[in-house]
Amino acid sequence: MPDSPSDEVTDDAYEAPYDLAVIGAGCAGLAGAVTASELGLSVALLDASGQIGGQFYRRPAPALGAKRPEALHHDWSAFADLRGRLEASEVVHLAGHHVWAVTRGSEGGAGWAVHAVTGPDGGGDRPVRVRARTVLLATGAYERHLPFPGWTLPGVVGAGGAQAMMKSGLVLPGSRVVVAGSGPLLLAVASSLATAGAHVPAVVEASGYLGYARRPGVLAANPQKLVEALVHGAALLRYGVRLRTRSAVTEVHGSDRVEAVTVSRVDRDWRPVRGAGRRIACDALAVGHGLVPQTELATGLGCATRRTPDGAYALVLDGLQETSVPGLWAAGETGGIGGAQLARAEGDIAGIAVAARVYGQPALTRDGRVRKLQRRRDRMRAFADVMAAAHAPGPGWVRWPDDTTEVCRCEEVTAGAIREAVTDYGAHDARTVKLLTRAGMGWCQGRVCGAAVACLAAGPGDGSVPPSAERRPLAVPVPLGVLGALEPDDAGADSTGRPDATGPDPGAEQTS
Amino acid sequence: MARDRTPAELAGAAPEAAFEITFDGRALPALPGQSVAAALWSAGIVAWRTTRRGGRARGAFCGIGQCYDCLVVINDRPNRRACLVPARPGDTITTQEGDGHAGLAV
Repeated sequence: MPDSPSDEVTDDAYEAPYDLAVIGAGCAGLAGAVTASELGLSVALLDASGQIGGQFYRRPAPALGAKRPEALHHDWSAFADLRGRLEASEVVHLAGHHVWAVTRGSEGGAGWAVHAVTGPDGGGDRPVRVRARTVLLATGAYERHLPFPGWTLPGVVGAGGAQAMMKSGLVLPGSRVVVAGSGPLLLAVASSLATAGAHVPAVVEASGYLGYARRPGVLAANPQKLVEALVHGAALLRYGVRLRTRSAVTEVHGSDRVEAVTVSRVDRDWRPVRGAGRRIACDALAVGHGLVPQTELATGLGCATRRTPDGAYALVLDGLQETSVPGLWAAGETGGIGGAQLARAEGDIAGIAVAARVYGQPALTRDGRVRKLQRRRDRMRAFADVMAAAHAPGPGWVRWPDDTTEVCRCEEVTAGAIREAVTDYGAHDARTVKLLTRAGMGWCQGRVCGAAVACLAAGPGDGSVPPSAERRPLAVPVPLGVLGALEPDDAGADSTGRPDATGPDPGAEQTS
Repeated sequence: MARDRTPAELAGAAPEAAFEITFDGRALPALPGQSVAAALWSAGIVAWRTTRRGGRARGAFCGIGQCYDCLVVINDRPNRRACLVPARPGDTITTQEGDGHAGLAV
């Protein structure tokens, strides 16, 4: 029963163990849930939002009466197909469920317990636990941000944030919006903002596009990606949007809100080139530097990760999407940023692989359908790697923030304070910087500043993203009362031998 | 050219009737189905929190509930994420100063 608010879910939904719990109702999770359900498994589909679709297919709430939600999207037919299959299925959709931990079940380690708080912002009175024999993590990604002077001024929003607010709330952050940062999302955001009526004076991309040309074979195998680029490019041309590559917004001007930005040329390492920047008047800036896989539920259980070509961490997965922890699968951006089509293919594979495991029929994964899906996946993964490399943050960005620029927005920690911790107190990693300055210790648990703090902690000379030991035992803030009310079986059943995965973490503050 | 177009027109939105909320005492219209942050953006408001140390203005940033920059006081309850919480008729939205607990019995 898709799109039903969580308060309509009956207690039965939390009783019996499911064959599969899917976390995340975006492209990957939807594909995995319906595929597994169509093979006869009982499936619970948990998602923080009130509606299915994830970030890519985010859309207005029904009360907004959008007759053409597809006008805000690409590839809507793929979503319509998944939604139709979900409606026809027995999948139990648990909307408004914010999963804060997955722990091993109490029945001899054979299953999993998925813990969630409920309500629009997780502040509901009803914490819940869903039990399942297997889990598919399809938790998507969040945006990577790099700091520069003025980026905390009201009117500066995430590029993905501007897109999300427009898709769901039908609103714009301003009337004249500069789009900046790096990555393919910028073109999509600029073209949709312009189509929806915003004036977009410029798209400012720190990388060039030549990075793609270094792997012509991979491009030729993924013609759909070129078509997407052409669609966005055509929209930008139609609305007179200027694309400035090898450039970055290096300062935001304004007292109470954004009034203008300075755009500077950067070299191939993203280091600003000397000379006057160009000032562009605007009342909003939508900025982002690529996406980062959201993996904390998996890393909390010990799943292995790999370094992606743009310095992020993604889950290590086998040919059938299983993580290094048996019984735990992942699909979509959690295995590396690759987009909606790749996420669907991976969700399909994972759904079949889970069914094969639950039924004890490995042959299910050896038919032509799986081989075809795997070929598609491998082709798109190759493109994703090219894309990540083409937009990998250059080490020179560390020169953007001056000493007064806030890096950690939650704890208001400046670049100067972090540099002092590195040069005067000998901190050389993000954790030490955090302990000395509180950078990354606030509400967002370092999701916003994590990449930047890690680079700055590595000190001068290396701005490439160094290894980060990001671990968030609680994936979302949880009231202490919820932790206190856990039954001992739930709280202590982590049989991995690692420290109790549900223990309270000083970095996760209660927000209500 | 569609310079005067809005996202609502693009999506063919025919929303149910608007209702009223207040922001720091000022009456604002909100549409059913919009988040508190979307209703505030509709009114041209992009800041509704001041930071705990520097007292600097903040509003929605990530738009998807990840960054907690959009924390606001809704009906006397602080630290609600404006980008996630739907606006309801009669909601009293107040700028959150610092941790939002000053003057509250909590």
